[in-house]
Amino acid sequence: MDRPVYIVDGRRTPILRARGTPGPFAAADLAVACARDLLLRHPAALGAIDETVWGCAMPSENEANIARVIGLRLGLGERVPAHTVQRNCASGLQALDAAAARIAQGEAELALAGGAEAMSRAPLLYPPDFARWLGGAVRAKTPWARLAALARFRPRMLRPVAALRCGLTDPLAGLGMGQTAEELAHRFGIGRAAMDRYALESHELAARAQDAGIFADEIAPLYGADGRVWLRDDGVRRDSSLERLARLPAAFDRPRGAVTAGNSAQVSDGAAALLLASEGALERLRLPALGILHRVCWAGLAPELMGLGPVHAMHALFARGIAEPGEIDGYELNEAFAAQVLACLQAWSDPDYVRAEFGRDAPLPPIDPDRLNPHGGAVAVGHPVGMTGARLVLHLLKHLQRRAGRFGVASLCIGGGQGGAALVERVA
Amino acid sequence: MSAWRHWRLERPDGGPAVLTLAVADRGANVLHRAALDELEEIAAELEAAAPAGVLLRSAPGRAFCAGADVREFARLRDAAAARELLRRGQELFARWQALPCPTAAVLRGYCLGGGLELALACTYRVADADPGLKLGLPEVRLGIHPGYGGTVRLPRRVGDLAALRLMLAGRTLGGRVALRLGLVDAVAPERGLEAAARALLEERPRPRRAAWWKRWPHAAWLRAPVVRQVGRTLRRRARPEHYPAPWALLDCWRRAPRAEPAALAAEADSVAALFDTKAARQLTRLFLLREELKRAPAAAPEPPAHVHVIGAGAMGGDIAAWCAARGLRVTVQDADPERLAPAFRRAERLFARHGARRARAMRDRLIPDPDGCGAAAADLVLEAIVEDAAAKRELYRTLEPRLRPEALLATNTSSLRLEELAAELARPERLVGVHFFNPVARMPLIEVIRHHPAQQAGIDQARAFARRLGKAPVVVRSSPGFLVNRALLPYLLEAVRLLEEGAAAAAVDRAAKDYGMPMGPLELADLVGLDVCLAAGSELAARLGGTVPERLREQVEAGRLGRKTGRGFHVWKQGRARVGRAGTPPPDCQDRLLLSLAREAVHCWHERLVERADWVDAALVLGAGFAPHRGGPLQAVREEGADAVRRRLDGLARRCGERFEPGDGWDAPELGADWRPEAAGFDSGDGEKIQHS
Repeated sequence: MDRPVYIVDGRRTPILRARGTPGPFAAADLAVACARDLLLRHPAALGAIDETVWGCAMPSENEANIARVIGLRLGLGERVPAHTVQRNCASGLQALDAAAARIAQGEAELALAGGAEAMSRAPLLYPPDFARWLGGAVRAKTPWARLAALARFRPRMLRPVAALRCGLTDPLAGLGMGQTAEELAHRFGIGRAAMDRYALESHELAARAQDAGIFADEIAPLYGADGRVWLRDDGVRRDSSLERLARLPAAFDRPRGAVTAGNSAQVSDGAAALLLASEGALERLRLPALGILHRVCWAGLAPELMGLGPVHAMHALFARGIAEPGEIDGYELNEAFAAQVLACLQAWSDPDYVRAEFGRDAPLPPIDPDRLNPHGGAVAVGHPVGMTGARLVLHLLKHLQRRAGRFGVASLCIGGGQGGAALVERVA
Repeated sequence: MSAWRHWRLERPDGGPAVLTLAVADRGANVLHRAALDELEEIAAELEAAAPAGVLLRSAPGRAFCAGADVREFARLRDAAAARELLRRGQELFARWQALPCPTAAVLRGYCLGGGLELALACTYRVADADPGLKLGLPEVRLGIHPGYGGTVRLPRRVGDLAALRLMLAGRTLGGRVALRLGLVDAVAPERGLEAAARALLEERPRPRRAAWWKRWPHAAWLRAPVVRQVGRTLRRRARPEHYPAPWALLDCWRRAPRAEPAALAAEADSVAALFDTKAARQLTRLFLLREELKRAPAAAPEPPAHVHVIGAGAMGGDIAAWCAARGLRVTVQDADPERLAPAFRRAERLFARHGARRARAMRDRLIPDPDGCGAAAADLVLEAIVEDAAAKRELYRTLEPRLRPEALLATNTSSLRLEELAAELARPERLVGVHFFNPVARMPLIEVIRHHPAQQAGIDQARAFARRLGKAPVVVRSSPGFLVNRALLPYLLEAVRLLEEGAAAAAVDRAAKDYGMPMGPLELADLVGLDVCLAAGSELAARLGGTVPERLREQVEAGRLGRKTGRGFHVWKQGRARVGRAGTPPPDCQDRLLLSLAREAVHCWHERLVERADWVDAALVLGAGFAPHRGGPLQAVREEGADAVRRRLDGLARRCGERFEPGDGWDAPELGADWRPEAAGFDSGDGEKIQHS
């Protein structure tokens, strides 16, 4: 990258767990809620934004180019261009990468980037058979032909298809995301007990962080039209226990699988927004900076092993030579599945795996567990797919700020067989 | 082709003639005498050289027509003059209707009163699809009824019941509803408006008429029962002795002859008679006063674009919502983020009326701001926290250094002294009182409180803010209770005293309603909240003398606070008072109530709390709902004679106590029967432009 890219600040909404019915906010509502709070804290930015980029894996049908919808609703101005990016689970990180590139190239000075997702609002679809039947009936020329076409109706044509389920299934490998986690568990010998233990710890860390007010300086509250208010992530369970987790049935490989709803990331709604700036913009507008976004690296691997994406992306990141693994003060590794995080840690330190995949003689130094996801992760707070990448970077920077740390890495696995990793550095 | 001042007539080869209205001496298109005179010449010219059609429109950027010139009407001195003017207009419109070619009116912005009557005399009407369009015959709001043929032509288009409903309520319609009713022939977005009108002129479809069954109520034998039925609902809103206009309209419709010329003559007679009524004079006067208050002077400052509201209680939250609904960017702060939630719930009810798309924009502009970040960026910071001087001063201490240098600090206090609140500010003159009335969405008045000699800029800013919100600002000098509450409280407290003396609540309220108040004093006190009344009453008593009746204190101590607790002087169910059957009010009841109010109003003017005596009347009608047809408390005194009122107060003082001592101010020239408001204010010509939202 040519010019350094600074992250001024960021805000996110609380994450709302999907409860089986469409949630109270659309993805754009969530994005507007957190971004307008962010802009309120940096009034100088409001009229100075050059560009806005948003990640969203499944915008609703009336949110085409959701970034433009968000930009206009925020009042950034009609002249501020906007585009939407999609890289499945890392769409939010992709948005930061795209905005950062524009700044690095000198095409933009100040950009608003983020991720938003309302998974609870994913639609139910009519199957193609229904559309074919309807189309046939509409096109029929004579009343008789129309009657004949209508008679081809079968009740199964009305069976809805959950778009969310399709989105979470790898179209080529034919595996659901949960099944890729089962695959990893099988290959790395990760048992149900280890997964549940990891999940329980995630909830406990998140609950402790909530109580300590750790998330307070990144969350903008949400107010519903019915007078409800959300001040914190509502997926964190304080009543969880190993016994309760053990009772849950397999969610993907039924009936004997080990991956359950309890040790997987929650399906939820949320959005996060960050303000990215060039050095010139910081000075001109007298904006503070949380940190520098050094580099975002991407890597590809077999779709059925997509959960190991972070291992590949982080290896690419460290190969750039900006920071050594030993210098990293905080890792945010997205918890798509407990099994997947555990598999990543094993693969990271597995001499055979790193030799085969990266041609290394020896693994990189192991990731210090105390520096990994210190406030829990998506298993506890939820994983609105388009949002998470942006949330991880935001949370990481706030964490480095609190701990006076220097470097941090945020990484995600990506459905379809990819990994993404970002290296940030706090600005003292 | 001769040149006219207010109209432009173009006659392109082929295609219809285009007649454009742009009244030269007013900001808004009004049909004043000069414009009508010219239209008469134009009609003659069109009769002579019949074109293929006439497209009637307003100049670009202007609304179609605001109707007849209210100021001109206000100057008419007697019924005969009014009748002459009306007949001329009617004849002109009849002539317009009889033109040998089809005519089409292009309605944009608003088209009211006489403007709509002109459009009704056209063959076709095309309405702008913009949701801001307003079509209607609101004459009853001025104490008269349509007089340029509206009562005759409207029923033909939309049917009798719909027409009566529209005219009796003085309601306005948007284009879509107008199309459904049959009032207009087509609705199109601005870009397609004139094309739609041209298409109608070219294709000449049969003009729309109400279906036969919608004209049934006009059958002779059905008219009387219809009038009885309509009158039953009308009586709840407008009593004939207070508001004769809607009743005259009903009567006019009932007796309308079948032949159009005779029906028009009867309409003119009916309206001309109304011109002489007190209600018409006062409603027109109040309308003009309100327009004057809402009209921005040429040098008015820009209204704020970003408002920061501190305190999301009943008032603060509703003010924030209203600002957002009116297009301002609003941040709302409260000490506890949970306390913001009810404000958002109530805001939603206000927004939801505007359709999904506009409601979403309003929602996006209303920004929760628990940390108060917005204060540093706002153009105006409005404080609406608890009525506690120490708390407010403490807030200002931390707030003032964060404000932008040109930002205005406004307080919604209703009872505290501004001098005291401003005492510790580095720049005391930047604090201005901006006093809203409850319910915010409904009350059209804002009291702007001046407490410092060097704050003209702040006052102007506050007025611009009020106008931006569609409210009428009245500037009041800082003093206990300001103007409205000060004049209103003695009236409310007197009602409580009557209760203490054994009168029934329903009877007391009835006496006030008989006078013409829209709501009785005890119902009003319940609505405001008895705790609020007690606090304000005690504050006023402490600073101006007087006492607060014990009964009020007892109610508050018992937790019967009025509407919000379901029980006050009345029992409240689902937000409405269950007022029982009224017995006979005690002797002097009405006098004791209303003269308390009038006496205080006279004192307010004596102390020159406002710049013009008219503002006392306007403020009490707009802010407290004082009987509009009486024109306000000072006008009521003027009507009866200041000396006569003073004598009645003397009598009450002897019978009921010294609180009725008339005091000073009764010899003010503004209370004289021959006093006329200075005409200067009525004639400045700047008006409004169309706003496409």
